[in-house]
Amino acid sequence: MKKLMTGNEAFAYGAYLGGVRVGAAYPGTPSSEILDNFSKYPGVFAEWSPNEKVSMDVAIGAAYAGTRAMCVMKHVGLNVAADSFFYAVYTGVKGGLVIVCADDPDMHSSQNEQDNRNYAKFAKCPMLEPSDSEEAKQFVGMALDLSEQFETPVLVRSVTRLSHSSTPVDVTEAVPAPPSEELPLFERDAQRYVMVPSNARRRHPIVEERLKKLAEHAESMPINYIEPGNGELGIVSAGVNYYYAKEVFPDATFLKLGMVYPLPEKLIREFAAKVKTVVVVEELDPFLEEQLRLMGIEVKGKDIFPLIGEFSPSLVRSCAVEAGLIEAPEAPPEIKTELERPVRPPMLCPGCGHRALFHVLKEAGVLITGDIGCYTLGWAPPLSAMHTTGCMGASIGVAHGIDKGGVKDEVVAVIGDSTFLHSGIHPLIDVLYNQGVTTTIISDNSATAMTGFQEHPGTGITIQDQTTTAVDLEKLIRGIGFEKVDVVDSYDIEKMAETLQDHLKSGMPSVIIARHPCVLNTRVREKPPEVDVELCLNCGICLDIGCSPLVQEEDHVRIDTLLCNGCGLCVKVCPQEAIISE
Amino acid sequence: MKKTDFLMAGVGGQGTILASNILAEVGLHLGYDVKKAEVHGMAQRGGQVDSHVRWGEKVYSPLVEENSVDYIVGFEMLEAARFPHFMKKDGVAVVNDYRINPPLVNLGKASYPSKEDIESLLLTRAEKVYWIEGTKIAGELGNPAVVGVVLLGALSNLVGGDKEVWLEVIGKMVPPKFVDLNLEAFAAGRQVTA
Ligand SMILES: Cc1ncc(C[n+]2csc(CCOP(=O)(O)OP(=O)(O)O)c2C)c(N)n1
Repeated sequence: MKKLMTGNEAFAYGAYLGGVRVGAAYPGTPSSEILDNFSKYPGVFAEWSPNEKVSMDVAIGAAYAGTRAMCVMKHVGLNVAADSFFYAVYTGVKGGLVIVCADDPDMHSSQNEQDNRNYAKFAKCPMLEPSDSEEAKQFVGMALDLSEQFETPVLVRSVTRLSHSSTPVDVTEAVPAPPSEELPLFERDAQRYVMVPSNARRRHPIVEERLKKLAEHAESMPINYIEPGNGELGIVSAGVNYYYAKEVFPDATFLKLGMVYPLPEKLIREFAAKVKTVVVVEELDPFLEEQLRLMGIEVKGKDIFPLIGEFSPSLVRSCAVEAGLIEAPEAPPEIKTELERPVRPPMLCPGCGHRALFHVLKEAGVLITGDIGCYTLGWAPPLSAMHTTGCMGASIGVAHGIDKGGVKDEVVAVIGDSTFLHSGIHPLIDVLYNQGVTTTIISDNSATAMTGFQEHPGTGITIQDQTTTAVDLEKLIRGIGFEKVDVVDSYDIEKMAETLQDHLKSGMPSVIIARHPCVLNTRVREKPPEVDVELCLNCGICLDIGCSPLVQEEDHVRIDTLLCNGCGLCVKVCPQEAIISE
Repeated sequence: MKKTDFLMAGVGGQGTILASNILAEVGLHLGYDVKKAEVHGMAQRGGQVDSHVRWGEKVYSPLVEENSVDYIVGFEMLEAARFPHFMKKDGVAVVNDYRINPPLVNLGKASYPSKEDIESLLLTRAEKVYWIEGTKIAGELGNPAVVGVVLLGALSNLVGGDKEVWLEVIGKMVPPKFVDLNLEAFAAGRQVTA
């Protein structure tokens, strides 16, 4: 029986079928739904860890004890977890350890488009790359077997287009093998698990030897195969790109690689000998192309296809036509138009507490170092209230550095609650320890909103819906040693403005917790206010808060009641008192 | 089995994703190989949400290709107007006669294209543009949120396939307490293109 599943549903299903008992992750688009789905299967333990490094250590620990484990993250999550990932390749594992990592070509919701296949080579860890949901399911199982056979973690790569596409999956095999009767056992073996230099020196040759064996193994893995076609053109591809190439080159000979690292050299040579021209179709970096070149095989790749952005069948076709690989298809009438089609940029939702905070910060004219989450949208006009954003947890350290660099502007760092618990605590300690004066504002909406309202250590609920101790941010920060800490409702804009001035003038390192639960999450909604068109001067001041239900008409402002959340921020900012709530 | 490609274009919160899930499932029930892709940025609400659905004997790419889409289903007029270059020659557009202003239009900094201009743009390639008062019909049925199923009703007449299959899939995929409402919405949509 077949069922349509997204790639992410299929990864979770494959993990369940493959006997994974411990799953750990920090959310991140496009990977988040994998652990959400996994956590609902019977008999498994799943956790949202505070960050990816923690999730990696948790999964490694479980695998050390012989339990099959999975760790999930988006591509940049592996930067955070890299230190742990690298040691795990050296120590190796006992139970299968699969790391599902999702890249985001075109940066649909990311700060960069790094190609994580490079991590496979960098850390000397095998990597599989499925093309559709059926393969996503199967490859997780294979990765677990491979992991146990070679005693290594195994990376499984996804991309946005795989994670968020739905394709049929065979669900006939519905139940996993029952777990073994034996109790998990951590076999003490310090020479293997304690990576002091003397031990690590013994492990490195094992890693190199393992990689050679894996490359040999790759020659006979059924997921690396040649698809016969004509002798002119040979296409090397993997992942979703393979399917784009199948659309464009239906008659070519194909080398489909299910394992993208290490590569099966003999198979590649056999393939190359069958065709006149070898072309690698791969998004982002010339990862396969460079390895083929090193084997001395003549290939085309990045001279035809772009290095930047996401591929699509349209793009592969147009590049192939331009390079003379195929003939141009008969084109329908050309679309020529000057018609203005204004875009719809992502915006803070009506009623969002972040907006009220940014309104106050904008009025204060401070320099704002930002972080990653819904609140990053505060950078965009008309709010324009964020001046830096790099990666998760960067805001506080950057603010401190700007301050120590001698800039005289008043600087505040703005960071979300989930992001603070992910990587904001250490930089906050730094501000205190190194006698900074930065004011940090935690914009606390009690959710990981950006990625789909996942729970986090501050919410008091686990991914498996259990009630647990909620980290008390205020106590935590006071516990670190901060003396100046205030909690203010983000919607109380007068109090917020006052508190901000008080903190800035204090000359002390300080923290404001700006708290307002996410209205999309709580679904709180009030009656929309009304505009008194007699009083409204159409001055546009309310429009500067960038709230989408506010519409400028010919001679007054109107509120779109379908969209309005009734939060009343516009009521507070209107100098004419022309916007009235009941 | 005839290859059929659909591109559904709407605005966050309009129910584009549920409608495209239903459409994909209908294809599977009709015996096609099916793939579906969701293309959307970081907006929870108010941003563009597009779905590609493909039915065929054997479907490779989950993304549709330019110049080859059979049906463009616009949940909102301007959204339909973004994709004429995806349509094949003599394709069909089914468009909800409904406008949601982008922020720049609300701020008076950009203008919303006229319905006539959108229609003639689509007609560069489309054989026909069906305007459906989907949001209005859904509102009259009691819930503007079922606009997606009204549009599916209108689409189902043009695409074909056993009506019972469509009804069965809708019955399975919408929340239990809204099944009747959705079946009514489907019927109302079908009438428009009957
Ligand atoms: C290393 C890393 N992991 C995960 C993400 C994905 N991500 C972006 S923002 C965010 C969390 C945002 O939550 P919060 O800080 O509470 O802000 P909110 O969106 O709720 O306003 C996550 C998980 C990322 N960008 N980088």
